[in-house]
Amino acid sequence: MSLYKDFSNGIIKENPVLRLVLGTCPTLAVTTAVFNGIGMGLAATAVLVGSNLIISLIKKIVPNEVRIPVYVIVIASFVTIVQMLIKAYSPELDKQLGIFIPLIVVNCIIFARAESFAAKNPPLNSIMDGIGMGLGFTLALVIISTFREVLGAGTFFGMQIFGAGFKPALVMILPPGGFLVFGLTIAAVNKLTASKKA
Amino acid sequence: MENSRFLVSSSPHIRSGESTRRIMMDVAIALLPALFAGIWFFGLRALWLTLVAVGFAVASEIAMQKLMKRPVTVSDFSAVVTGLLIAFNVPSTLPLWMVAIGAMFAIVIAKHCFGGVGHNFINPALAARAVLLASWPVDMTSWVQPGVDAVATTTPLAILKGTEAVNQVLPNVMDLFVGNVGGCIGETSALALLIGGLYLLYRRVISYRIPVTYIATVGILAFVFSGFDLTYIPYHILAGGLLLGAIFMATDYSSSPMTAKGQVIFAIGCGLLTTVIRFYGGYPEGVSYSILLMNIATPLIDRFTLPRKFGGVKKSA
Repeated sequence: MSLYKDFSNGIIKENPVLRLVLGTCPTLAVTTAVFNGIGMGLAATAVLVGSNLIISLIKKIVPNEVRIPVYVIVIASFVTIVQMLIKAYSPELDKQLGIFIPLIVVNCIIFARAESFAAKNPPLNSIMDGIGMGLGFTLALVIISTFREVLGAGTFFGMQIFGAGFKPALVMILPPGGFLVFGLTIAAVNKLTASKKA
Repeated sequence: MENSRFLVSSSPHIRSGESTRRIMMDVAIALLPALFAGIWFFGLRALWLTLVAVGFAVASEIAMQKLMKRPVTVSDFSAVVTGLLIAFNVPSTLPLWMVAIGAMFAIVIAKHCFGGVGHNFINPALAARAVLLASWPVDMTSWVQPGVDAVATTTPLAILKGTEAVNQVLPNVMDLFVGNVGGCIGETSALALLIGGLYLLYRRVISYRIPVTYIATVGILAFVFSGFDLTYIPYHILAGGLLLGAIFMATDYSSSPMTAKGQVIFAIGCGLLTTVIRFYGGYPEGVSYSILLMNIATPLIDRFTLPRKFGGVKKSA
């Protein structure tokens, strides 16, 4: 039960992007296309699960004063592995995401989970938390990138979905569109979850 | 202004007959000469675009206020003014649905997401223009020559900047003054805009500070940046959206500073940004972006120009 709770916590209740407003930089930067959003989300999930597990295992032996550098080394190792895997199996995604894959090292979602969850909870719960948070991140990226890609480029997953007469609103795939959709999505999630409570 | 009767403002408690409705009606009246000029030069299409923009602005306002369960204040004419200004900021060839999207964006996002009339931190019409320009740059810059033939042309500022085809010649200053040049629907006729501006000054809806400072700054800087060439001054003042922006959009109450000193700083900032964009930026025209940027700086300007209270002591920093 508790494992399931840790898993589902990150998807809606404490969605890292839409509720905690963490990881804003990659969210705005990579959501210009659904493909990039899913790629980024899954890469971050992989790192998150790995780092949560290791940090949870070593939490007793790491001195409190140096825990942040230790976390950085753990996270950076996983990011390096993930980056090499993406380079090997999906060079196209690597080209699209560019600098944002190495930047997962300093992604605040991963740090936040390491500090606030993995460092205090047993390994299995930390894995579930990592999966839940990672999927929540992916879900938010997919929602935002769907709106941006469909309205801003007239495509979904790279496929044309409108006739030739459709003139996409370029602003949606430009930075202002990212902020717009981001804000409106948070507003919509707040509205939906608020009405449930009432 | 929904809860204004529950608020106690600071003294002096003098009542005035002014209301949002009266002010906005005056602005709408002041915009009419420019609308007539736009229809005269660009044909009936200018009128259709204006009607669509106003219609969608008003409809979005009603829909938004119903949705948010707020009193519907559409009779205060502010949505009408926003709609008019959006139409004035687009070329007459723009597809009707684009101007409709602009109107909806202005009212729903720029105005009501930030609290409705009196709470918008940027000018809604300019926000709509910025979104349209970023979304459909080709349609937003398809200018036509005034007249029945609808010959594709460019704006005087683009010719000045040299970004367009070289065989275009600058129109003479008289054509610029009456508005017989390519451009957005409501920006080309300096004469009509000045008539509207004088009406607003006469009715005391706006003060002279922002428009005069803004236009003077642009004039002086155009003279300096062009290497002290006097012929640049009339072109930079009369061409493009400067008069429309300075008279009708930089003077928006809720997005411009409250203090007199602040308004002068605001206007100088607008003028500086406009000329810098026109001379050194990527666009031939910079009025809309410069007003938007200064809109964002407005709270800061207001804070720095707060008048000292009577009898107050200067704070020792």
